[in-house]
Parts: sequence; C-alpha cells; structure tokens
Amino acid sequence: MSQPTTREPAPAPTTAREPILEVRGLVKHFPLTQGILFKKQIGAVKAVDGVDFDLYPGETLGIVGESGCGKSTVAKLVMNLEQPTAGSIRYKGEDITRLKGRALKAVRRNIQMVFQDPYTSLNPRMTVGDIIGEPFEIHPEVAPKGDRRKRVQDLLDVVGLNPEYINRYPHQFSGGQRQRIGIARGLALRPEIIVADEPVSALDVSVQAQVVNLMEKLQDEFQLSYMFIAHDLSIVRHISDRVGVMYLGKIVEVGADAAIYEHPTHPYTQALLSAVPVPNPEAREERERIILAGDVPSPANPPSGCRFRTRCWKAQERCVVEEPLLAVPEVFRGTGGPAEHDSACHFAEEMEVVPEERPPGNDGRPPGDQGGPPSDPQGPPRGPEGPPGDQGGPPANPQGPPGGPGV
Amino acid sequence: MATSAELSPEPAGSDEGPLLDVRDLHVEFRTREGTAKAVNGVNYSVDAGETLAVLGESGSGKSVTAQAIMGILDSPPGFVTAGQVLFQGQNLLTLGAEERRKVRGARMAMIFQDALSALNPVLSVGEQLGEMFTVHRGMSRKDARAKAIELMERVRIPAARERVRQYPHQFSGGMRQRVMIAMAMALEPELIIADEPTTALDVTVQAQVMDLLAELQREYNMGLILITHDLGVVADVADKIAVMYAGRIVETSPVHDIYAAPAHPYTRGLLESIPRVDQKGQELYAIKGLPPNLLHIPPGCAFNPRCPMAQPVCRTDVPPLYQVSSTRASACHFWKECLGESADNT
Repeated sequence: MSQPTTREPAPAPTTAREPILEVRGLVKHFPLTQGILFKKQIGAVKAVDGVDFDLYPGETLGIVGESGCGKSTVAKLVMNLEQPTAGSIRYKGEDITRLKGRALKAVRRNIQMVFQDPYTSLNPRMTVGDIIGEPFEIHPEVAPKGDRRKRVQDLLDVVGLNPEYINRYPHQFSGGQRQRIGIARGLALRPEIIVADEPVSALDVSVQAQVVNLMEKLQDEFQLSYMFIAHDLSIVRHISDRVGVMYLGKIVEVGADAAIYEHPTHPYTQALLSAVPVPNPEAREERERIILAGDVPSPANPPSGCRFRTRCWKAQERCVVEEPLLAVPEVFRGTGGPAEHDSACHFAEEMEVVPEERPPGNDGRPPGDQGGPPSDPQGPPRGPEGPPGDQGGPPANPQGPPGGPGV
Repeated sequence: MATSAELSPEPAGSDEGPLLDVRDLHVEFRTREGTAKAVNGVNYSVDAGETLAVLGESGSGKSVTAQAIMGILDSPPGFVTAGQVLFQGQNLLTLGAEERRKVRGARMAMIFQDALSALNPVLSVGEQLGEMFTVHRGMSRKDARAKAIELMERVRIPAARERVRQYPHQFSGGMRQRVMIAMAMALEPELIIADEPTTALDVTVQAQVMDLLAELQREYNMGLILITHDLGVVADVADKIAVMYAGRIVETSPVHDIYAAPAHPYTRGLLESIPRVDQKGQELYAIKGLPPNLLHIPPGCAFNPRCPMAQPVCRTDVPPLYQVSSTRASACHFWKECLGESADNT
C-alpha cells in the first residue's frame, strides 16, 4: 500500500495573475435543417449559449453538468475542433478562434486533449509508439527524427507504462493502460493546457484512482493547466481548484471547489449535489435529497428567462421574463464569505445539501478515516447535524415539465 | 453463506427459506482461446422485500451470475457447470425451457443497463408493454393496451395516454428506463434483478429512477438484486452486499457493517479509493495492478497479486468464505487482520 503523499496545493488564482485562457461570450449553435436537396434551416440546437470562464496557469478547472449541457462542446471549441458561432477564446491574449494556418498550428501544440473512451480514441492498427509519436510528425520541430523513439519511451515511462511496450498494439492493453497511452500522446508536445473530457468515466473504479493520481502527478511535473470535464462530482472535487457547473449551454455557478460544494447558491447545483449518492449508509436518513421533476428541456428550444426555471422549485414570474446573469448575487456581495461567488440565480441562497462528511463524534463509524482534518478549513464551523438553512427542504415540483414531454 | 432474516424488513415467510438462494454456482465460457471461468462458486440469497447489492468491476462475474439466474445466458459459449438456483425452493436449473420461460417475466424479471438496446426500436412502447399481458396472461390487445397505460402511469411517465403510441427513441434516457421498470413490474414478479439500472443516467435522473424502484419494491414487497459498481448507490439502497472479484464472492455483509469496517482487502481498497474531502490535495488510494484475465486466474486467492496484505499462503491456497459473524463472511485468509486494520483507522 503506497503511503499517500501530500501534494503541493495549487496556488489560488488571484486577479493579479494573467489567465492562460480567457473565454468570453462563447456560443455554438448547430443548425437544424429540413429538406434533402435544398436544406432549409428551421432552427438551431443551442449547445453552448454564452459561456465565460478563465483558466489560470497550473490550475485545474472542473466543469460538471449532465449530458447535453454543452460541456463537451466547450471542450471541442477550446481545442479549435469546432468554430464558435460567436465569442472569443483568448490564449495568452490571442484569440485562437480567428487564427489560421501556421499560427493556429503553433497554438494547437500548446493545447492538447485526452478523450473519454480509450477504446475508440486510439487507432487499432497503429502501434503504441506510432500513436504517441504521431504528434511529432505534425510538429517535427519538437523532436528531431532520430530522437523520437527515445522520446516516446520516455513518455511511456512518465505515464507508468513499460517502455518496452512501444511496439505493441492498443488491443493488448487494458482500459486503464490505454488511457495512459492517451495521456502520453497528449503530453508528447509538452502542452501548457490539457483538456480532459471525461478521462476516467469509462474505467473501473479501482483503475480510476490510478489515472487521477497520474494526472495530478503530471500536472505538478509539467506545470499543466487542466480543464477537467466530468459528470462524477466527487472526482471533479478531488482534482479541481475551481469548478463550473453547466446547465443547458450556460455556466450557472462557478467558484472555488469548497465554495461550490459546501456553499452552493444556485438551485441546480444544490439539486445536482444532493442527488449524488454518498458512499456512507449512515447518511441515508439524514440526507435531504432534492429530486428534480421532469427532464432537461431541449437545447433547440430552451425556456425563456432562466433556463432552469421549468424544473426549479423557486421559480417565479421574474424567472420567466428576466434572464439571471452569472455574477455574485446581491445578497452575498461584500460578505467575503464562501457564498460570495458567481451564481446565475435571482433567488440565490445558501443551502447545505451535502451532509458534513463523516463528522467526528457521530456514531456513524467512518470507514478507514485516517484522521485528516474533519472539514475544510475554509468552511465555517457547523454542528454535526447540519440542518439545511431555514428552507425546511424544498418540495419536489409535483407537476412535470410544463413544456410537455421531454425529447 | 449467512442467511440474514433479521436484516429483512419483512421477516414473514422467511421460515420457508429465502426467496432466491443461489448455491455454489459455476459458469464458464468455452472460447477458442480457452475456458474462461466467469463464475466460480457463487452463493447468495435474497428474501422478499430485501435488497441485495452485488458489487464488482467489469469481468467480476456479477452480470453472468444474474444471467444464469434468469436463464438468459448465451449458450454456447456460456455453460452453467455446477450449482443450484433455488427460487422458492425450486431448482430452476433443472427446469425445461418452456417451464423456465413461464418463470421469467412472470415471477422474476430483469432491468438492463441500456434501455435503448433492450427495447425493440420498431415496436411502440405500448405494444412492448402490452405483450407481457397478451403472451403471459392471454389478454386481448385492447385490454393489454389499457394495462400498458396503467403501468406507464404507475412509473410516472407523464401523458401516458399519448406516449403509449410512441417509440423508444422518442423517450429520454430516464423515461426509457422507466419503461424498462414498467415492463419488469408488469406481471408483479416476486424478484427483480436490476443490472446497472442507472449507470447510463445522469445523477439527477438516477435519483428519480432509484426512488421509483425503491417505492415499487416496498409496495409489492419484492426481492431486489441490484448489480452495480457504484459504492454510493449501494450505500443508499442496499440491505446487504455481496462483493465479487474474479467470479467469486469475496465478502458478504449487511450494508452498515461493510462500510464501517470491511473484512476483505479488496473491499477496503474500493472504499478507500473514493475521493474524500479531507484528502484533497493528496494522492488517492489506488488498488495497484489490474483485474485478472479470466482465462488465467492466479492460483490461490485471485486477488493476491494486487493485495497489500498478501502472504505466501495466499499464492497457494484458495481462501474459503470464512464466517466473520453470524451475518458476515469474507474470503480472505487474513480477514481478522483486515478487519482489525479497518477498525484501527476509524
């Protein structure tokens, strides 16, 4: 059993530091067409509809959200695999959405991707050496030809694979090993940013931890900035410095990991966090779960005003007509507390949804607790019970979505 | 294996034995590369109204066991080579194909992970639900349709009367899984086997579906076997757990005990690899290595190459399922030490 080693905590992003990536007003609409010969546009799937965020050097920005919220489209846009409908993506001040040719190629070297499915993202007819070495074909300036084999072997070693496997094919590896190959390919050009889209979702539980550890180790070693997209909220919390929550093409809440997980102020974040099953049977009765009614509306026809209002228990007239902007809600402005972070809700308020993680003194015997700090030092001290504010538990919306059956 | 009548919320009827009792089940797949021993002596039991969670990674044999119980194992290449599946005292493995078919659907039903591929894309949802009644109950198509609408309302599909005519692709993932549940519930079976029922769903939808399943289970006092790899879901709904590794059960326990102090190093490794708040910034505990290839299961304890506690004896002797308490068992030679270490860490 390897003793867990303490990792240097990534420095908190301050306004003084320059972001390495600035995303402003990012929009991607996919046209919906009718007709075979004469394609007529009849609408658009608003996959990403106005997303702003910054990524600082050396930090990990986690993006969470459910399927269809647009998180993978954001990844593709950042990678320049899709052209945005509107908005800008500035890499060190330069808008990469406008770049072409050689300039684009140079930027691409610095932003690399790790894909979700290690079974389909590796060409089955190429050897591992060819797969990891392929980036050098496109960017020969990084490694001269004679040097490449050595470089690939070094990369295999870095990701914890035997360098002698260089001539093997992907099918000879397990899922976790293939993901390591994908990571090695992402690292080949020594990028500054790695966009990881669900990098551990396809892996077994016991292997997920190995890959997460590897990614953290590599981040320290190569000073990487990660954009870590996943739907597993506990893994995102573990690896991220800041977390953004997406719903239907927009970021609804963003802040430091502890602020989002312990002091969520947007109702969707609260519902999402409360729905995550807690691996502690003692918490079964204490948990206050918010069960959302209905399905996510179609991104081709999102609701007016606030997009979450059709499933929100707080929704009022104002939510229908006025779209809430992503900013620090007025009630929390200047409070200096962890609730003071961006949240796109007219009626933002704090609600504790995740039971205090195994409070000491509770009769629930914690499994294998190693006597770490009982709670995040940033969080204010709370009683072990942790009742959720003065809410009294939100009633689940009895009606289905007003927009009729989901798509 | 320990029977656990006191764990069952409905002890009535337990004097007749458990609803389902799987004894020493062996399944192998005969492939060109050799014989893969997918299930190697599995024992578990479920009572009416009880939820048994079968936890394991891919290739642990959890789904193959379920297929053998349901009688839907692909054969060849899969063969049940030994064991019994006692359903209310009757060994299903000795039944003929026709009798087996009468049990399936009517008295035990299965919910699959991927509802889109489990449903027939060219039949409307109503037709597929109604089929349960026309085939098993000999109802007319009209009555069956009425029943289908009733079922869809039962699993809270909005606008059931209109949606009964729609096809599976017109339903969202969560709604499709509701259709699967409706189909499984149709004939009010005594046992439901749910194989990763929410793995393909988003967390908020997963919560909806698990809630529905638990409610229906309570109402009909069904036995439920929940096959999953998600330790969170297990903690939420299970009464007892069977942890599988390389085709064997390595630990069985009531749910509270196993989370408090696991008695097998594999279970402990799984629990410790869950990211926890107080470990942020530290390396996650990871079980080293990979699950074994079922064509070449290591001798002795199958977990020994990955086990931090392995001793020479683990490489030679297959550990039996040691009785830890009246309700717990662990297939580890050193379960006492494991339990001790787990408790020390508390």
